[in-house]
Parts: sequence; C-alpha cells; structure tokens
Amino acid sequence: MVALTPISRTPVSFYVPVVAAAGAFAGLLVGTAQGQSLLGLVGGAVALAIIALVITQLMDNEKASRWGLTLLMLVGGFMIGGLPGGVIGGLFGWFFGWFTFWLFEGRYRATVPPYLTPGQVLWHYGFRVICGAIFIFLITPILVVMPLSFNAEDFFTFTPEMLRFDPDGYSLKHYRDFFTSSDWQQALRNSILIAPMATLLSVSFGTLAAIGLSQPHVPFRRAIMAILISPMIVPLIISAAGMYFFYSRIGLQGTYLGVVLAHAALGIPFVIITVTATLVGFDTSLTRAAANMGANPVTTFFRVQMPLILPGVISGGLFAFITSFDEVVVVLFVGSAGQKTLPWQMFTGLREQISPTILAVATILVVISIALLTVVELLRRRSERLRGMSPG
Amino acid sequence: MSDTTQNGPVLAADGTPLKRSLARALRMQKMRALMLIAPLLLFVVITFIAPIADMLFRSVENKIVATTLPNTVVALQDWDATGDAPPAEPVYESLYYDMFVAAEAKEHTKLGSRLNYEQTGLSSLFRSSGRRLDDAGEAQIDALEDLNPAWEDPAFWYALMDAGSGAADDDLLAAKRKQMTELTDIDHGVDIGFAPRADISQLLPKTADAYTLFALFTAVEDEDVVAEEEPWEAVKVALVQDLQEGADVSSYTGPGAAELAAAQTALAELPAMNFKEVFLDIDKDWGSVDNWSTIQTYSPRYTSGYFLNAIDMQKGPDGPEARPENQQIYMMLFKRTLFMSLVITGSCILLGYPVAWILANLPMRTANLLMILVLLPFWTSLLVRTSAWKVMLQQQGVINDVLVWLGLVADDARLVMINNQFGTIVAMTHILLPFMILPMYSVMQTIPPSYLRAAKSLGANNWTAFWRVYFPQSVPGIGAGSILVFILSIGYYITPEIVGGTTGTFISNRIAYHISSSLNWGLAAALGAILLAVVLLLYYAYDKIVGIDNVKLGG
Repeated sequence: MVALTPISRTPVSFYVPVVAAAGAFAGLLVGTAQGQSLLGLVGGAVALAIIALVITQLMDNEKASRWGLTLLMLVGGFMIGGLPGGVIGGLFGWFFGWFTFWLFEGRYRATVPPYLTPGQVLWHYGFRVICGAIFIFLITPILVVMPLSFNAEDFFTFTPEMLRFDPDGYSLKHYRDFFTSSDWQQALRNSILIAPMATLLSVSFGTLAAIGLSQPHVPFRRAIMAILISPMIVPLIISAAGMYFFYSRIGLQGTYLGVVLAHAALGIPFVIITVTATLVGFDTSLTRAAANMGANPVTTFFRVQMPLILPGVISGGLFAFITSFDEVVVVLFVGSAGQKTLPWQMFTGLREQISPTILAVATILVVISIALLTVVELLRRRSERLRGMSPG
Repeated sequence: MSDTTQNGPVLAADGTPLKRSLARALRMQKMRALMLIAPLLLFVVITFIAPIADMLFRSVENKIVATTLPNTVVALQDWDATGDAPPAEPVYESLYYDMFVAAEAKEHTKLGSRLNYEQTGLSSLFRSSGRRLDDAGEAQIDALEDLNPAWEDPAFWYALMDAGSGAADDDLLAAKRKQMTELTDIDHGVDIGFAPRADISQLLPKTADAYTLFALFTAVEDEDVVAEEEPWEAVKVALVQDLQEGADVSSYTGPGAAELAAAQTALAELPAMNFKEVFLDIDKDWGSVDNWSTIQTYSPRYTSGYFLNAIDMQKGPDGPEARPENQQIYMMLFKRTLFMSLVITGSCILLGYPVAWILANLPMRTANLLMILVLLPFWTSLLVRTSAWKVMLQQQGVINDVLVWLGLVADDARLVMINNQFGTIVAMTHILLPFMILPMYSVMQTIPPSYLRAAKSLGANNWTAFWRVYFPQSVPGIGAGSILVFILSIGYYITPEIVGGTTGTFISNRIAYHISSSLNWGLAAALGAILLAVVLLLYYAYDKIVGIDNVKLGG
C-alpha cells in the first residue's frame, strides 16, 4: 500500500501505555482462565510494558527481537498449558512484537491521510477491528465445522484430546460412516439424480426465455418478469404447501418427476436473473451481422450468441444446481422416502438422532461450495472480459 | 427519396405503406419474443402458480360437510341455532341415512376430524356413532326377518328392487351416482348391473334410495355383484319406515308383492322408527345444540372459517367472534414472526453496513479477497450453516466451552443460547447477512469517495459528513437489502425448526405442522395465504423501489 504520510518514531509515553493496555487485556483473559483475574491484569500490563521498553530501547534489531519474543512466549505458553498453550503463546508473542513496532515506528500513520486527528486515526483502526469481528462472525461457523468433523468421539465439541493435538483425538470415522452408510449413500444418489435434471430443465427453458425477455419490444415485460421471479420470492413453505396439495391431486406427489419439476421451478429465477444480466451487455449487431452473412437463426444462436453468453448461462446453471442441491423444504413435502436427498437426511439428522456424520457431510459440502464459488467467480470475470466491461 | 415529392403515405421497398410495414415488423418481433418466453411461462404457471392457486382455493373450500351429510345439511337449513332445542326428527332421520353410507365408505371419521377443528369432541362422536349405527332398528328388522327369511336373501331383494327389462328410475340412479362420487372421490359413473325399478321407487321411495346407494357401493367399492350381497341394515330400516308410513302395497303387483303385503301387516303392530332416540342412545351429545350449530355453520361449500381461525376468531351463530383467550395462538405467532424478522433485519443492517462500506472503500484487490468471506457463507448449504450454529450454540457447544475455559461462565451455569429466540435470531442473522451486504455493496460502490472528502474540506466533521452526505446516498442499498432480508426471513422454516425450540418458531413452522401432523390443511392454507399476502405486498414494494431486474447475485 502506498504511504500517504511520512512516519516518525513515537515517544515512549505513547506506545508503552498502549501496549501495556493490550497486555492487560490479554493477561485478563489468561488470568481468568486460571482463576486469577486481577493478577493476570496487572501481570500482563507490567510484563508487556517491560517487554516493549526492552525490545525498542535496548535492542536495535527489529527482526531479531520480534522472533525472540515469539519464541519466548511460545516456550512460556508450552510450560503452562502444553501444546495448545504453546500455540496460543506463540501467536500472542508474534502479535505483540508486530504491534509494538507498528506503534513505535509510527507505521500506523503511513496509510491514513496526513490531516487526520489522532481521534480520527483511532476511529479508522477501531472501525477496521469492528469489521474484522463481523468477518469473523461470518466465517467462524463454517470454519468450526471442519476440524470437528475429524472428531474421534461422537461429540459435537472439541475434546481435550483434540485440543492437545493428540492424533488419537482425530479420526476419519465420520467420513467412513458417510461413505458406508446406505442411508447417506442413497441420499447422495438421490441428490445427484435430482439436481442435474432440475438444472437442465431450468437452464434450457430459462435461457430461451431470458433471450426473449431481452428483445427490445416485449409486451407485459414487467408482469412476465414478476411471475418468473416469484418462485424466489414466495416463502418456500408456501411453495411447498401448494405443491404438496396440487401434486397430490395430479399424482406427482412422492415421485421423482414431481421433485424434479418442483426444483426446476425454484431454480428458474436464478437462471433468468443471471442470463438477462449477461444479455444486457450483448451486442445485438453481432446476430444481425451473422444473419447478414447468411446464417439461419439456429446457427446464429449456437455459433454466435451462445458462446458469448455461455459464462452467464453456466453460472445461472450453477445457481440453479445449488438451489436444488441445497433444497429441503419442498422435497420434504413433495418427495417421499424414495426421494430422500442429502439435505433432507441432514435435516432429519439434526432434528432427531444427532450424529457427527452430519459434520463430515457439511465439510464435504463446504468444499463443494468453495469449488462452485471459484468457478462462478472465474466465469464472471471471463464474461466481463468477453464483453469488454473490465480488463479482468 | 422520390416519395417525398409525392402526396400520400410513405412507402416501403415492397410498395406497402411504411407505417404498416413497420407495424408488421414490430408485431413479428413481439411474437418472436413471446414465443421464446412462452414455454417457460407455461412451465412456471403449471409447476408453480397453479399449486399456489390450489392452496388459496383450499383455504376457503369446505365441501366435506355437504358431501358427507348431503341430506342432513338440507334438512338442517331451517333449524334455529340460537334457540336451545336440538333439531327435530327429520334431521336425525337424514343424519341416519347419510351417516350409514358415510360409515360404510369410512368417510365419517374424516368429517369428524374436520369438524373437530371447530368443536372439540366431534371427532370421537362421529367415530363411535359410525360404529354403532348398525344396531339401529334391530327390533323391527328382526321382526321382518322372522316373518319371512326371504328378507335375508340377496337374490330376493335384487328381484324386488331391480328394474330388469321394465321401467327404471334413471333420475334416482343419476342422483345417487353423483352423491357417491362426491362422497368418496371415486367415479361412480360405471355400469353396476343394477337400476332401481320405477314403480318401486314410487311405492317405497326411501327403500329405493337406500338400496341404490347400497348397490353403487357394493359394485364400485367392494367390486361385488349386487344380486349376491345382503342389503345394509339401513335398507331394511328404510323398508320398515316406508311400510309403516302407509305405502299402498295393494296396488303393487311386481315380484315380492305378497311378501311386502305380509310385512306391512306385521310391522303395523311395531313402534315406528325414532331416529332421534337412536342417536341420543348412542351418545347424548347428539342432543347438544352446540354440536348441531357447528355442523350448521360449516355446512356451506365455501367458508371463511379457516381464515377466521387463522386470525384467532371463529364463526359463531351471530357471525365472527373472538376465540377464547386460551385458544389464541396465531396472532401471537404472526406478531412474533414479524417482530423477529424486524430484529433480524435490524441486526443485518447493523452488521452489514460497516462491512459493505469497507468493501466498497478498500482497494480492489483487498476488497475482492474479503468478498470471499462474504460469498463463502452465501454459497454454503443452508443446512451446513444451521448445523454449524447448532454446534456453536449448544450448552456443550463451542461458545459455551470457550466461555467456561475463559472462566467467564461457571461450568454448571452454561448459557442457554439455543432452542429459543436468541438462537434463531443469531443463526438467521448470519444466514441472511450476505443478502444484506451484497445489495448495499453494489450501491456504495457507485458513491464517489470524493464527496466525503469534499464535505470534510468544507468543514464538516466525520459524523456530519457521513450522516448528511454519505448515508443519504446509501439509503437505496439499505432499502433493497432490508426488504430482501425481511421477505426471506418472514417465511423461514428450516432454521427456526432446528434452533428455535418452542419460543423461537415462526408462522411457517405452524403451517408445516398443520400440513404434516395435524392434517388441518385448510387452516395451513389460510395461514399460508395470509403470509403470502404480506410477502407479495413487500415484493411489490421491492419492485417499485429497486426493480426486479436489478436483483444481483454474488457481487
């Protein structure tokens, strides 16, 4: 990042108290865990104040002092709390080393405009800490699930063995359970059978309709759009209830076809939205040029238009796929035991016999969604590049 | 260009007026666009709109009373529900015949459970009455059969009732076919190998009625031959009634004339059928004015009863009235759903605004990296996130463990954070947060950062610059995100079901309960219709404010 402000070293009276305050906070946490809050508070403050003074004033090698501090805290933590204590201590040491020099050298000033008052600088960083906390809130639940799925016990929480990084605390048994249990395998098979069919239906109908909707003169465009988007807006429980009543009347309830049709209907809005968004940047003179050179409409569509809007179609398809692959409420009502999908199995698992196999499945699903997210992101960039909207 | 010098319309190359040619081209274009849209539109209408319409229809449909007790409903019309006298004998008589058929077809229990939603106790009343109806008129039937065993002979009965090659009462047969079709939802229009004799249906109307129903049921449901089955007790009771009421048997000369005459003489000495007594014998609740008034209130084919029920009211004899305090739950649930959705939307704004701001103001590369942290939860399965929150919030869960380890909470006083409103709000805020951040981000991206700097250089402090310059420009993003989050949260089912316990559930959980457990589909449909109305109103607002076309997915 470009430095906006020239920096200079700050006086001792500024950075030592700040580091001491941070140390007091850390000491309070450690102290409370040991049942000695006040001692931790005071001890942390004093220790960190001394350390800050020593590494800034007595030693003049920044790199060495930061590594030294990390190592010192790591060993100290290991003596108190074993391996987990060592890891936490090491992290603390690294953080305080960085924090001390960040304040001491005045680096915190470098990236903010020179005219800010100290209060504004404090707010600037305070705001970033708040945002960081929100990001942690967003991502922690997903991260917590992953290590827990390797739990050797049937618990939903970290066992002491896991915290000690004892290999005995970890195992792949929940994954083994997932791959050998016939219930889960049947559910996986159903999901794999239903989602692609539903995606195929919604993508083929949806792309055609999106092309139709992007023509310059479409009567009742707003009303048609509202109807086509409605499956996304109507609460799932209402869609599920309606489909349950209606599909039982016409004999589709509890059939594979019924579930596929229902899921296709739910996926259509996503296809429509992504493909119409892609078509906004589509240059219609290209199709006219193709027609001019003698291509019939079908050839024009497949040879000229389709390759250009393909990224949008694929990402719409991925949205439709994930919608169907993730969907519980509708399949719960429209399907029968023969159409039990993966999310359904997870749902019953969470509601009734709770088993950590769910966490193994969850981890696998997270990995799948990371893969899908990457694909969609790449496609989006490619599409923008193709349409010349940004250099990518 | 020579056209410009002539008078008259401008012509196209092929000689037609340009105006018409243009209109035709435009029409062609419109047709082509519509042709492309038509398959999908049809698909959505059939697979999605029709089910919703069906649900709305179910919320007012109430034909079960009229199809199960067709004659009773007619007979009950003139009864005054505000008085304190139960209905008169003819109502009980119709009830006997209706109920007998319904019990044979096993439809009376369905009606019982339907009416039980309105008046508790009716379910068991109907079930027990259906069972014990066979014993009614035992003395008279025994007398009849003692007199001549022919009355137990299926073939004799068939010969007596069937038209054979003679004149048949087609109107009666058609009417009964319709009644049975409506009652059982099975088509009774098939050939049953029986047609009621015209002269018998003149002479013994009730017997012909009952026997025709019996014949239809035997042929269609039981798939038996009518001539080989002994008629129901109800048919014999009908005969007893017909004969005692003075049918003119002497003029009749067809098969079984002698037996009929003998039976009439013998039955004259026995007491007449008293159906009211029969029913009161089975259960004295049949004399209850409340029960009868419920049946009368819910006899029309369409009812507002489900909707009234959905807003904690009920149909009384004098129109809608509030339910007793202890039965009012739906208004409370609606209020709770709205309140919790508002809280969730509020916390999403609070948490989403800073994140959207920082994403919009950081350099592109950093912002893209941080965007992954927003998009990953967005792409992760809903159930994965819900199970993660279950893992985190449990009493033996990760958060409690950390708090205990830090000593902030005693081990025996772990926080209860799940199966209550708190759990639902936290989990749903997390799940819906990306839906708030993404629209806010796309709006904030378009606000030039120089505006803020300009405001500050003109002397505004941080807060004024934000509140008077930046915030008003970001309001569209807040509006779009809020409506989206509110719409999504108001109809949520899965998360409240898993982490909501009893105090954190939404109206949708109640709808699901009525569909799958209590089987009160009409009420489920009415609750769904109200929820749908709220959502559509918000959808309309969203369309007006943001525009459906502007919905963005994933950055």
